[in-house]
Amino acid sequence: MNANAEREVRATGLGHHASRTSSTQPLGLMRCGDVGRVLAVNGGVDDSDLERNLLEMGFVEGARIEVLHRGFLGGDPLAVRINRRMTIALRRCEANAVLIGPLHDSVVNTHPSMSLEYASS
Amino acid sequence: MTASALTFDEVRQARVALVGPPNSGKTTLFNTLTGGRQKTANYPGVTVERKSGRLRTPVGRSIELLDLPGSYSLRARSPDEAITRDVVLGRQEWEALPDAMVCVTDATNLGQHLRLFLELRQLGRPLILVLNMMDLAQKRGYQISIEALSRSLGIPVVTTVAMHKNGVQDLLDQIDTLLNQASVTGDGTVTTDAWVEPTPEAIRGYHQEAERLLREAVIEEGVPEQLTRKLDQVLLHPVAGPLILLGILFLMFQAVFSWAEAPMDWIDGGIASLQQWLAAHMQDGLLKSLLVDGIIAGVGGVVIFLPQILILFLFILLLEDFGYMARAAFLMDRLMSAVGLNGRAFIPLLSSFACAIPGIMAARTIAHPLDRLVTILIAPLMTCSARLPVYVLLISAFIPATTVWGGIGLQGLVMFGLYATGIIGALVVAGVLRLTVLRGGRQPLLMELPSYKWPNPANVLLGLLERARIFMRRIGTVILSVLVILWFLSTFPAPPQGATEPDIYYSFAGMIGRGLEPLLAPVGFNWQIAIALVPGLAAREVAVAALGTVYSLSGSEDAVTESLAATLAHDWTLATALALLAWYVFAPQCLATLAAVRRETNSWRWPAFMFIYLMILAYIAAFITYRVALALGGG
Repeated sequence: MNANAEREVRATGLGHHASRTSSTQPLGLMRCGDVGRVLAVNGGVDDSDLERNLLEMGFVEGARIEVLHRGFLGGDPLAVRINRRMTIALRRCEANAVLIGPLHDSVVNTHPSMSLEYASS
Repeated sequence: MTASALTFDEVRQARVALVGPPNSGKTTLFNTLTGGRQKTANYPGVTVERKSGRLRTPVGRSIELLDLPGSYSLRARSPDEAITRDVVLGRQEWEALPDAMVCVTDATNLGQHLRLFLELRQLGRPLILVLNMMDLAQKRGYQISIEALSRSLGIPVVTTVAMHKNGVQDLLDQIDTLLNQASVTGDGTVTTDAWVEPTPEAIRGYHQEAERLLREAVIEEGVPEQLTRKLDQVLLHPVAGPLILLGILFLMFQAVFSWAEAPMDWIDGGIASLQQWLAAHMQDGLLKSLLVDGIIAGVGGVVIFLPQILILFLFILLLEDFGYMARAAFLMDRLMSAVGLNGRAFIPLLSSFACAIPGIMAARTIAHPLDRLVTILIAPLMTCSARLPVYVLLISAFIPATTVWGGIGLQGLVMFGLYATGIIGALVVAGVLRLTVLRGGRQPLLMELPSYKWPNPANVLLGLLERARIFMRRIGTVILSVLVILWFLSTFPAPPQGATEPDIYYSFAGMIGRGLEPLLAPVGFNWQIAIALVPGLAAREVAVAALGTVYSLSGSEDAVTESLAATLAHDWTLATALALLAWYVFAPQCLATLAAVRRETNSWRWPAFMFIYLMILAYIAAFITYRVALALGGG
């Protein structure tokens, strides 16, 4: 997915939000200090294990996400704070299965397939 | 109720399982509840440790408490977690379904930890929820209504402060109450048969249920812990982080070598005086030879590494309890993923510098079977402390004690080079294995970075005792029996009348060594080395003693090492010595390691594979070293 295109979609759709928080993007693209909310977790059709692993570590729709650290080489792996309660380390590749939206979107869509459709449109 | 009022059924020992996610303080709670009355065994087939302990409840009931491996869910991802699932479901062989379960959670991370509890609750077994680390939660301002939580869950909820003995009284009372009810209602319905792995949707459901429970029970959400964040800004800093890790590792190895010196001298002195005492007070004969030359010399040569192993593990346990080990894995992950390994492999490989066996056992925490196998297969390439006597002997005999580049000792530099060769070799082997024999999908790294906390002295002490016990048991079983066999091989048959060579030359070991000599001649090894390599198979360090025997030297190990160095410097070429060093970096010279791999992988295939690949590597490395050294004038 092209993150820049996404940013534009969000900027035009919700102009007043764009300056405050980043747009919808995969967790793997977020920078240190970025904050957002999980919109969807999807390991892909052939990987329900990844989806379940991510869910079990707390990457669940609606969770507050903050990227704390990224590794020295290629920004891999990431350290992510979930709901201000626990910190999880994961690689960019897996992090990209988690889709992050703006923190202050009050409406949290808990239906993963719908948010994914929205994200890739 | 008084103890005398207990019926026979209640006196029967009850079995209670402690279940909980990693970092919930479960092990600290287990240690506080059972004190030193613990024992560790292995589950058959797999080598996951079965930790259990005894305790007595206020009414005098005797309980066997099982400490199950920490697990995020019942959908097991590693061999450790599979044990937790199987015991909880009553599917584990030799382990009956526990009478009750105690689910331990971190009170400051309930949102996450309640999910495992909800999975457990579905099983319909007697269950208690423990909110652990309650002191920390209160300090941070958390206010949780235990009554509300207990009411909506319909099960007993207890708060504990695992660090303090009196913080667990409530839990003991609740266990009693629960076991009484269980025996009264005769709760024997095993719904555990029906358990299936939760779907992603089911996991989402658990999360929602956990959040709902929290909304009802949490009166006041506490302040998130800030110290960990601040520390991590330094310790996980892209530049400072790796440098600090290097510094810690440097300090650790310094300590292993300098602190261990004194206790190693004491052990050495003790063994030597025991040998002298026996030599003076026993009649000459086979029994004396077996005791003095075979068993005491051999066992002494291994026991001497106990201080180094304990110091290394002291560091590892402290760093682990402090919460730093996960950070080390985080920092190393990128480097290790380049050769197809997981950052988590860092801890087992670090342990392997003391001894490959605990390292191989520590690989159990690696979830993915391929990752785990690669880690096990390269663990012996980390320079374990048993190689040190061989390195020290050869370096002191052949490398001049000069300094290069203003102050760096050449001997130390060579030692460092041997360590580095092992590490680089391990990374290359891992990369090659991942591209050939053990090809397979990359395993995700999903690892919790726990909050930093002061290490708990009791946890560290119990962990150290456990390591010492494992090491001593290995000496008492594998090494001792191999030593007896080797003594037999190198003592019989006796030399013929008028023998000119040392006795060992005519023995079975000598025959094997001389048989191997033509094979080893291309790498520059003479028959003396070939003979010493045979007993060296048992444990690397035995080779030094064997070389001493071959060159007909006797005395304490220090005396042997000293005079042996002089003899070798005279008898061998530099090229031969360097080739033997190169050989020792790679050679599979330790039967106990192979036995451990056999146990961990549950087949002979992988130890055989390991033996062959290490042997080939050792031969090639020795060959190249020998030829290059010869060409450069080291003959």
